[in-house]
Amino acid sequence: MAVDLRARLGHVELPNPITTASGCAGAGRELAQFMDVSKIGAVVTKSVTLAPRAGRPTPRIAETASGMLNSTGLQGPGIDAFLQRDLPWLLSRGARAVVSIAGGTVAEYTELAARLSDAAGVTAIEVNLCRPNVEDRGQVFASSPGASAAVIEAVRGRARYDIPVFAKLSPDVTDIVEIASACASAGADGLSMISTLLGMVIDTDTMRPQLAGLTGGLSGPAIRPIAVRCIWQVREALPGVPIIGTGGVATGRDALELILAGASMVGVGTITFHDPSACTRILRELEEELASRGVERLADVVGLAHDGRAATGRAPSTSARARRTS
Amino acid sequence: MTVAETQAGPVQIRGTVLTVRRLDAYYAMTLIAPAIAARFRPGQFVCIAVGGPASSTLLSRAFSIHDVRSEHGGTVEFVFEVHGAGTQWLAERRARDVLDVTGPLGRPFPLPRDPASCLLVGEGYASAPLFSLAGRLRARGSSIDFLLGGATGERVFGALTARRTGRSATITTEDGSLGIRGTVTDVLDQVVHEARTEVVYACGPMPVLREVTALARRYDIPVQAAVEEAMACGIGVCMACVLPVVGSDGVTRMSRACVDGPVFRGEQVRWDDRGTIPFDAFGAPGWEPRSRRAAAGGSGNGQHGRQSRGG
Repeated sequence: MAVDLRARLGHVELPNPITTASGCAGAGRELAQFMDVSKIGAVVTKSVTLAPRAGRPTPRIAETASGMLNSTGLQGPGIDAFLQRDLPWLLSRGARAVVSIAGGTVAEYTELAARLSDAAGVTAIEVNLCRPNVEDRGQVFASSPGASAAVIEAVRGRARYDIPVFAKLSPDVTDIVEIASACASAGADGLSMISTLLGMVIDTDTMRPQLAGLTGGLSGPAIRPIAVRCIWQVREALPGVPIIGTGGVATGRDALELILAGASMVGVGTITFHDPSACTRILRELEEELASRGVERLADVVGLAHDGRAATGRAPSTSARARRTS
Repeated sequence: MTVAETQAGPVQIRGTVLTVRRLDAYYAMTLIAPAIAARFRPGQFVCIAVGGPASSTLLSRAFSIHDVRSEHGGTVEFVFEVHGAGTQWLAERRARDVLDVTGPLGRPFPLPRDPASCLLVGEGYASAPLFSLAGRLRARGSSIDFLLGGATGERVFGALTARRTGRSATITTEDGSLGIRGTVTDVLDQVVHEARTEVVYACGPMPVLREVTALARRYDIPVQAAVEEAMACGIGVCMACVLPVVGSDGVTRMSRACVDGPVFRGEQVRWDDRGTIPFDAFGAPGWEPRSRRAAAGGSGNGQHGRQSRGG
């Protein structure tokens, strides 16, 4: 008894809700050695920038308890190389491409949206708002409702009408609902959350910060409760806005947790560094978790935790829990 | 060139532990991993998930492959030192435990087309991949000289094998407990002359690789150096293990040690610029494609993107 796993990204229907998380899968090519990228709902690419970027100096990573910090500085070859090489490759493999874009100004985001709209085959655009706004003293777009809305409005205005635009939000804000609402009002077709949290590690042997960039983005299972909280709050306030949930998902059970909080799609990120085929494993586990609870359609459990009567009579069997190993 | 570009890619498998044993200051673990053993070429590495199913240590641990054997359908051995929670966990594994293993990863050591006098330089357990390399070189008629070092005698990996199998084997220790007192770079010049070295293969800490490259350049000897950079994924997605490498087009790129390396031609690595983004690196702040600079009178073609990768 197969579970109906179809998920919606705005008006676009995807075969299942599992995606890669931006920055943890490149443009899919490396992971394709270990899994079939056409089997997951979509490949969310590493953020693409207008110009090539060399990124930040090394060390760029630090392992932390159930997580890691990264400070890679969006190293990448830029939009020209992406359109020439990465996007055609993804499409040739039958993958659905959700392209993450990052800019330093509203104009850069707009140009990226234009370039992607002119190319065929982009399933959706995810706007990485966790970037410093060079026109506002390097303040991160995602920390301001006004700046976030300005980017989303411009991107939505320029992107082809049939390409959904999702805003990727940072949890490093006082009130994520305020930012989410601003993005939704500015025309976002959906929201993606959460991005990494800013963290820092000091090497107690050298007595200096471990990362060359001093601070880095914290990701991994350590941040999952924060993702669940953010998704919950936004779903509560904006029940009609679709959410791609990301943040520390390592198993099918974790994916289900984000779905119950209100995510209709789930991005798999840092755990890929532990298990390169994690996306397909989690997809399989999610289907098992749903089947073991007697769920026939994924859509039936999206945001179900908000319904007070949800849990009654639906306790999962212990064997279903025990199965979840990698 | 070699057959590097035609080989099959890496695989992710469940590998059963055959043995874990102490080797002086280090551990050697042998896994039953036929698919990896079949694809292996010297210089490549494996990534291992550590800590079990509910691990709090998420980053894959990368280890260069010491040797592969045909028993049990194909085994893979790697050498490691305990210096953290992940390697401690690995050292506590026992026969029949099952590990999540990905490999073989990375660009292997290229082999010379014709027989050559090869010097294999290594320090500490970084020397591990040199022995399977020596086997392949010997099979193609090359002669092998070893130059191995370590802080102490028990930290020189493979001294006995080197003495038994090499045309010559020079050992250095910093405390003088084995071989010559000093480091491999102290005696490199002399060894290169005595062995009439034509090709150098080097493994070890970055300062050693830098000095080996500098000396070999002076004598115009090609160096293939396997770098050690901290990795998080080992498969090319996390961009943690980058270092500045000059491509055949003369452009410096922040190249990934895991897929563009770990073996690089020594003179292509900008050793002194490690840990920085050189101002002229592809995509550095202020960087411009050649097509735009060409206005000033160059013949650049404005090529974007990185070279296609081997392995």
